[in-house]
Amino acid sequence: MIQFLSYLVNGISLGSVYAIIALGYSMVYGIAKMLNFAHGDVIMIGAFVSFSATQYWGLSPLVSVLVSVIVCTVLGITIERLAYKPLRQASSLAVLITAIGMSYLLQNIALLIWGANPKSFASVVSIGTLSLFGGQLRITGETLVTVLANIVIMVALTLFTGRTKMGKAMRAVSEDKGAAELMGINVNATISLTFAIGSGLAAIAGVLLCSSYPVLMPTTGAMPGIKAFTAAVFGGIGSIPGALVGGILLGVIEILGKAYVSTELGDALVFAVLIVVLLVKPTGLLGKKVNEKV
Amino acid sequence: MKHMKKINKTFASNLITYGMVVAAFLLCQLAQSGTLEWFKMSRSLRGQLVPICVYIVMAVSLNLTVGISGELSLGHAGFMSVGAFSGILASQLIAAAFPEASLELPRLLAALITGGLVAGLAGVLIGIPVLRLRGDYLAIVTLAFGEIIRNLLNCVYFSIDGSSFHAGFLNPSLPGKLLINGPMGATGVEKLASFEAGFVLVIFTLIVVLNLVNSRSGRAIMAIRDNRIAAESVGIPVTKYRMMAFVTSAVLAGMAGALYGLNYSTVQAAKFKFDTSILILVFVVLGGIGNIRGSIIAAALLTVLPEVLRSFGEYRMLIYAIVLILVMLATNNPAFKAALGRILPHARRENSLKEADKA
Amino acid sequence: MKKVLVIALALAMMMTACLAFAEEAVKVGVIGPLTGANAQYGLAVQRGAQIAAEEINAQGGLQLEILAEDDQADGELAVNAYNKLLDDGVNVLLATVTSGSCIAVSDIAYEERVFMLTPSGSADVITEGKDNVYRVCFKDSAQGTASAQYIADHGLATKIGIIYNNALDYSMGIYQSFVAKANELGLEIVAESAFSDDTNADFSVQISQMQEAGAELVFLPIYYTPASMILQQANAVDYAPIFFGVDGMDGILGVEGFDTSLAEGVMLLTPFSADAQDELTKNFVTTYMDLYGETPNQFAADAYDGVYALAAAMQAAGVTAETSPEDACEMMIAAMQTVEITGLTGTMHWDATGEVDKTPTAVVIQDGVYVGAN
Repeated sequence: MIQFLSYLVNGISLGSVYAIIALGYSMVYGIAKMLNFAHGDVIMIGAFVSFSATQYWGLSPLVSVLVSVIVCTVLGITIERLAYKPLRQASSLAVLITAIGMSYLLQNIALLIWGANPKSFASVVSIGTLSLFGGQLRITGETLVTVLANIVIMVALTLFTGRTKMGKAMRAVSEDKGAAELMGINVNATISLTFAIGSGLAAIAGVLLCSSYPVLMPTTGAMPGIKAFTAAVFGGIGSIPGALVGGILLGVIEILGKAYVSTELGDALVFAVLIVVLLVKPTGLLGKKVNEKV
Repeated sequence: MKHMKKINKTFASNLITYGMVVAAFLLCQLAQSGTLEWFKMSRSLRGQLVPICVYIVMAVSLNLTVGISGELSLGHAGFMSVGAFSGILASQLIAAAFPEASLELPRLLAALITGGLVAGLAGVLIGIPVLRLRGDYLAIVTLAFGEIIRNLLNCVYFSIDGSSFHAGFLNPSLPGKLLINGPMGATGVEKLASFEAGFVLVIFTLIVVLNLVNSRSGRAIMAIRDNRIAAESVGIPVTKYRMMAFVTSAVLAGMAGALYGLNYSTVQAAKFKFDTSILILVFVVLGGIGNIRGSIIAAALLTVLPEVLRSFGEYRMLIYAIVLILVMLATNNPAFKAALGRILPHARRENSLKEADKA
Repeated sequence: MKKVLVIALALAMMMTACLAFAEEAVKVGVIGPLTGANAQYGLAVQRGAQIAAEEINAQGGLQLEILAEDDQADGELAVNAYNKLLDDGVNVLLATVTSGSCIAVSDIAYEERVFMLTPSGSADVITEGKDNVYRVCFKDSAQGTASAQYIADHGLATKIGIIYNNALDYSMGIYQSFVAKANELGLEIVAESAFSDDTNADFSVQISQMQEAGAELVFLPIYYTPASMILQQANAVDYAPIFFGVDGMDGILGVEGFDTSLAEGVMLLTPFSADAQDELTKNFVTTYMDLYGETPNQFAADAYDGVYALAAAMQAAGVTAETSPEDACEMMIAAMQTVEITGLTGTMHWDATGEVDKTPTAVVIQDGVYVGAN
């Protein structure tokens, strides 16, 4: 039983990392309607900036996170302006391919700047491990912080999109760009803002990802990026609470699958569950059902 | 009369496509034999001829799914891997059954057919659940299947001991010589693939795809793409036609995979990861969605491009990424498109597809 | 100061490069992953080879030029790189870095008679039945067998667990031969747990499986990157068996930011140690650090030794820049078996099978450095 709980906790801790990446993914998808495959790589850049800030410039971990958020926000806006904005009228596949090109570009820039050797990322979390049941069940400080960050971000995003003027503008753009423009909403600025927020979140996700799993290389963001994308779809892409639920569930399934089925087939199992869920609920767990009209 | 004209136009367009492929083939053959003064083929380019053919077939077959049928598939490399491994097995089994004879051509053919059939079977199995979904959800499920196939192939072992065959799952201790060794893949594969075979496969693919597109079934598939509900309401069996496109695409990808597998002495499941699926999608999008000729050109050019960029050393992949982004920006730039339209008067078919893409 | 040194070295390199050009350098082709997920290994090989070539060139006489091409650890791209290098007129190959692409290239090199010495391609089949393919590192089965033998001989543990990467040929090769040898020696393997490249972040399941089975020693036939995560996560749950690695583990102490106290007591069989105190290693490590700002790993050392071995064989056989790859191949095969060099990875010579004969040393990590284990 304790063993199971311990796997569950590990699953949640892995899942919370997926969730925090998925939040950014889902947010950008929800508003801009594009699969931003470069999101995983913005995360990697965020982690590298934070690493450099602590290791080379001697900043404190907390300040390094702030620097990382700023750098990633600027990066996100720049990418959007240069690569995605000119494609506003183009097919979504063209944007997808551009995002993939951007992903290669970021990886190779990181390779040139930081080199290929893996770095060991020092955790920015200074809370110790929580020990329960006489040390049989452990919850690391990183897990606590990640879960907390997830909840805070989710609530903040929900409030932001629900209550503020800018947030409402975002939802309007998401519903219908043309109509939003007619209502006097600056569509371009709104989408830029979405990318800014998404990229800022990516920086936080990167720092937390590498605090929990400390190896940092130019390709660090790629696989978590795909997993988080899966998580976002799992929960219903575009839905903010869905990203959180999807991420956590994905992590739990992955760990339990590895523990009780096979360590070799853990990945296959995750994807198999995803397929089953989508067949039962074609728009993900918390996704909105869209009725088609002729 | 107008109808006749349209048919003639399609016929002419197809003829250009075939002619282009045949001309390119003949040119390469001449260059290889060294008769051309102005075009001497380097080893580097010669070595890429078979992969170029493979990627052309992959791109054209994916275009059938993405462009003609309008489903975004992110797991096309999965079919390629199934074809590669089953094709290699088929050719090895024949070699083991008839150790005396040199059966290069029959073995190659058997590999291509087996690869196509097994991938087609995988296409049917995957198509049943996948085609119930649409849009980005369909895309992620194809991605998931691609990853599952790769994950499973990493656990497959296959050995041959005299004339008996043994298969194992997660169990490498099989008697005899291992033909497929889990993550180490197939090793000691005899190179049966040739540029000629690649050319024949490309032509075969074109015949299949172009005929399908211009047939009654093809029009039904495109009608479903453009408006599924409307198509359904006029009595087109939607699932049947979507399935037809999906499975045909899988069969062709399997054949390409078999050819690919037989071009190298070793193939590993790791080759057929998500990146490879994406790479093929890039060919399709860059060549123009639904544009078969564009897919051929894009696949050939983009396969050669990273090799040409080798002189840039460590900046190679960086430049590749920048080129990719710039090309996407340029081809979607209205001013550029207008300029292009003036040079090439027959406008691309993209417009009708953009609608489909939005749906 | 450091910058000045780097610039001076770069200038020196350019000058020797010019000199080399004037003397018609023999071209050595390197193929490895210079970009992508495995770039760390390919770049290490390229750099190690470059340093060795500069040193040899500075001595006068035989001049070498290193031409490196990227293969992203992919068989198809490796064959492309091979063709490109032959277009560029290389005489011999120091290739390739990773096993999968090495198998693909070695089969072609065998057919086309191009001499090839792989610095780090360790799969057994690379050299099997190919008279012109040699290697600097140990083959996988040798490492697995040697590890099992070492553990049995020294009575390190009776209950053994293994964590391996089932999507990596290197790991699988060592794993399979280790299990075979361990069974033969009567070692009890209590737990085996795999991971794949896609899930190499969370090892909690693998670690608790080891812990549950009561493994006293965990054998890690994997690279140092995932190994560093395993050490960290095992430490987090207070699980401290003996961790036993192979040559892929080397480099773990050089990971920037890695808390080396986590690696305390880790044992590994490796022919190279960046902390060795001999003159050769110290010079190499200093040069490498100055040029690239990193501690060299096993791959760099293998490449460095490989270039020296190639140079020795070239001198013995009289290979020059004019020798065609086909001629060089036959000359090198004969000469390679007469060569004996003492390099960073020990004193080595080669037999007709292409396998190297050198002794792996077992080291244990104490206070963040390698110490010879007995």
